[in-house]
Amino acid sequence: MSLTRLLSAALPLLLAAAIVPTAQVAADAPFITLASTTSTEQSGLFRHLIPHFTERTGIEVRVVAVGTGQAFTIGRRGDADVLLVHHREGEEALVANGFGTERRDVMHNDFILIGPRSDPADVAAAATIAEALKRIFEAQAPFASRGDDSGTHRKELELWKETGLSPGGRWYRELGSGMGATLNTAAAMDAYTLADRGTWLSFRNRQEMEALFEGDPLLFNPYGSIPLNPDRFPWVKADLAWQWHEWITSTEGQELIGSYLIDDVPLFFPSLER
Amino acid sequence: MSVTTMSPDPVDGALVELNEISFVRSGNAYLDRASLALRPDGRTIIVGPNGSGKSLLMRIAHGLLKPTRGHVTTGRRNGCPLRQAMVFQRPVMLRRSAQANVIHALTLAGTPRRRRREHAERALASFGLSQVADRPARILSGGEQQRLALARAWALRPEILFLDEPSSALDPAATKAVEEGINTFHEHGTKIVLITHDLGQARRLADDVVFMCCGRIIEHTPASRFFSSPVTEAAAGFLRGELILDTDPPVEQPGKQGGPSF
Amino acid sequence: MSLIATGDPTLFSIVQLSLQVSLTAVLLASLIALPLGALIALFRFPGRGVVITLLNALMGLPPVVAGLIVYLSLSRAGPLGQFGLLFTPTAMVIAQTLLVLPIIAALTRQAIENLWEEYREQLRSLGSGRIRAIPTLLWDARITLTTVVLAGFGRASAEVGAVLIVGGNIEGVTRVMTTAIALETSRGDLPLALALGLILLVLVALINGTAYLLGEITSRNMQ
Repeated sequence: MSLTRLLSAALPLLLAAAIVPTAQVAADAPFITLASTTSTEQSGLFRHLIPHFTERTGIEVRVVAVGTGQAFTIGRRGDADVLLVHHREGEEALVANGFGTERRDVMHNDFILIGPRSDPADVAAAATIAEALKRIFEAQAPFASRGDDSGTHRKELELWKETGLSPGGRWYRELGSGMGATLNTAAAMDAYTLADRGTWLSFRNRQEMEALFEGDPLLFNPYGSIPLNPDRFPWVKADLAWQWHEWITSTEGQELIGSYLIDDVPLFFPSLER
Repeated sequence: MSVTTMSPDPVDGALVELNEISFVRSGNAYLDRASLALRPDGRTIIVGPNGSGKSLLMRIAHGLLKPTRGHVTTGRRNGCPLRQAMVFQRPVMLRRSAQANVIHALTLAGTPRRRRREHAERALASFGLSQVADRPARILSGGEQQRLALARAWALRPEILFLDEPSSALDPAATKAVEEGINTFHEHGTKIVLITHDLGQARRLADDVVFMCCGRIIEHTPASRFFSSPVTEAAAGFLRGELILDTDPPVEQPGKQGGPSF
Repeated sequence: MSLIATGDPTLFSIVQLSLQVSLTAVLLASLIALPLGALIALFRFPGRGVVITLLNALMGLPPVVAGLIVYLSLSRAGPLGQFGLLFTPTAMVIAQTLLVLPIIAALTRQAIENLWEEYREQLRSLGSGRIRAIPTLLWDARITLTTVVLAGFGRASAEVGAVLIVGGNIEGVTRVMTTAIALETSRGDLPLALALGLILLVLVALINGTAYLLGEITSRNMQ
């Protein structure tokens, strides 16, 4: 009987030990919530940047990485303190409608066209991205679209608009997935896909895929920082968020962005705008 | 525990009085205007063929079921309702030790916490169960479990003890132990009301006999009289071992009870 | 992979958070669902059939849906926004509690209903009303109910949809095993994702094993 009593006393203690520490996670250090995109987080940029910011200011940065569409939703609902996204139109609309205080250029990278090494649609030989996409369309080569209203997805749709073509049919596969998942699926399907360079460079499951087309100015992908408006959302940590906003557009922040390399290749190009 | 109504105390010092009890379900009358007074002295044994409504009557008397018509009046002692307990054909034990089952009953009865263990131990001892006090109740033998049910009832010091065929599933040795247990209650003043289909047991235990058939109480006679020369022809037939069939249809009739009606 | 071998502190904190969130959720859910299931089992009330059907159906509530509901409620723009709970472990606990509650309640209801059929007459004879019988029945059904609670824990520790939406998978704050696995998979780091998955399985197996052993020891001690 006593062994049972011992165990039945021990179990609640065990549980308590497991549960109690959760309470400590409460705000010890000051922090801000940064809503950004999955592609940005997956590139590893934040791990490179944030420790320096925290060291300089003592402010922690909690990154919620979602699709661009959801990041804007978070912005409109006031569930974060500052945004870092890559869709200029949406960013400007957010500020124009009073959800965000202002928009600043932070950095840019570019999108590249990924595809199977065999390149059945011969996009490597195309002169422009529009031509490359046209070749895929005509060859009806499998194409994996993110289909999730993300920045990448919106860019892809704009590019298709440029070609004047409407993609559809069995070869055009809308996945509704993040960048990493889309790349996984494209690799498995031997499909073409549009990806941001950052995610591609840190992606580990390339299989037979290669970067086949890049460099067209239309593939330019600018990032903007938008602190949320404290007049609209009184609970927002406006001061702390502003410090971040200033810092990543400062010399120090910008230099750090430019110094983030994967395999000796920089992922992002700082805007150096002040 | 009782289903009492707005009537005055039972007459003539009866412990429990059943008045014109009927029990109807889906158009079938399982009890038809049964009336019975249970008096304090004597062990009352209820006999009758299967389906005569004995178990139903007992459950209504104990308050587990409400009759469709008629009412049950239970006496009081010193202003408190009489304490009752019931032992069922199959003992129902909780998934805990034998002693813990008795303690549980004591807890429900409001026994102060520090007395519970002591009372439980004494109750178990009275029924020869001290050895198995800490064993899980459900692994005890049928006879032991039924004695445990008696011990549990004993701990509650009931004024009335209802038993519904308590030994029908037991071997003779266990049956003897149960009957001795019942007599222990009787010697301490508890009113015994027992249903049995074992006429030998009825002869051994009865002080008065209630004979039921087809939802009605046919006769209620002192035991000595019942077994030698019962009042009704139906009872006589039953004692002879005949199968009693209901010749009257089970509808409402001006009743004839307690007297020779066949 | 070396992360795991060296007992990386990040990994440890992810594991700890996973356990904290799921265990707390199961505890909270049980506190509500066990008596609730017993109450529904014992009492007749208008609409009882509907309630039971609904509870049974909610056992299959998709975690993403639970997550979405909690997200909309806890968002600043939502009814409970003033507490600022979105993207915190607390929100994750709330979401998982919501998910696990119907499972425990529905299965408890079934178990207690079966027991009540067996015990009803005897308990009433002993003077126990239905409310008074609830702790007795819950304790009597303890073996079944332990399995039920473990089923709830299994559901909580395995899901990713709810915690991802309401927690945000913030590194060091709301990242748990399942969301970490999802992240590493989408990063293409499949070996790491697989390794994390294995750790999660081992963890859950350990907890189930402990519960089983406890049950065995307890029942053996009773004899």
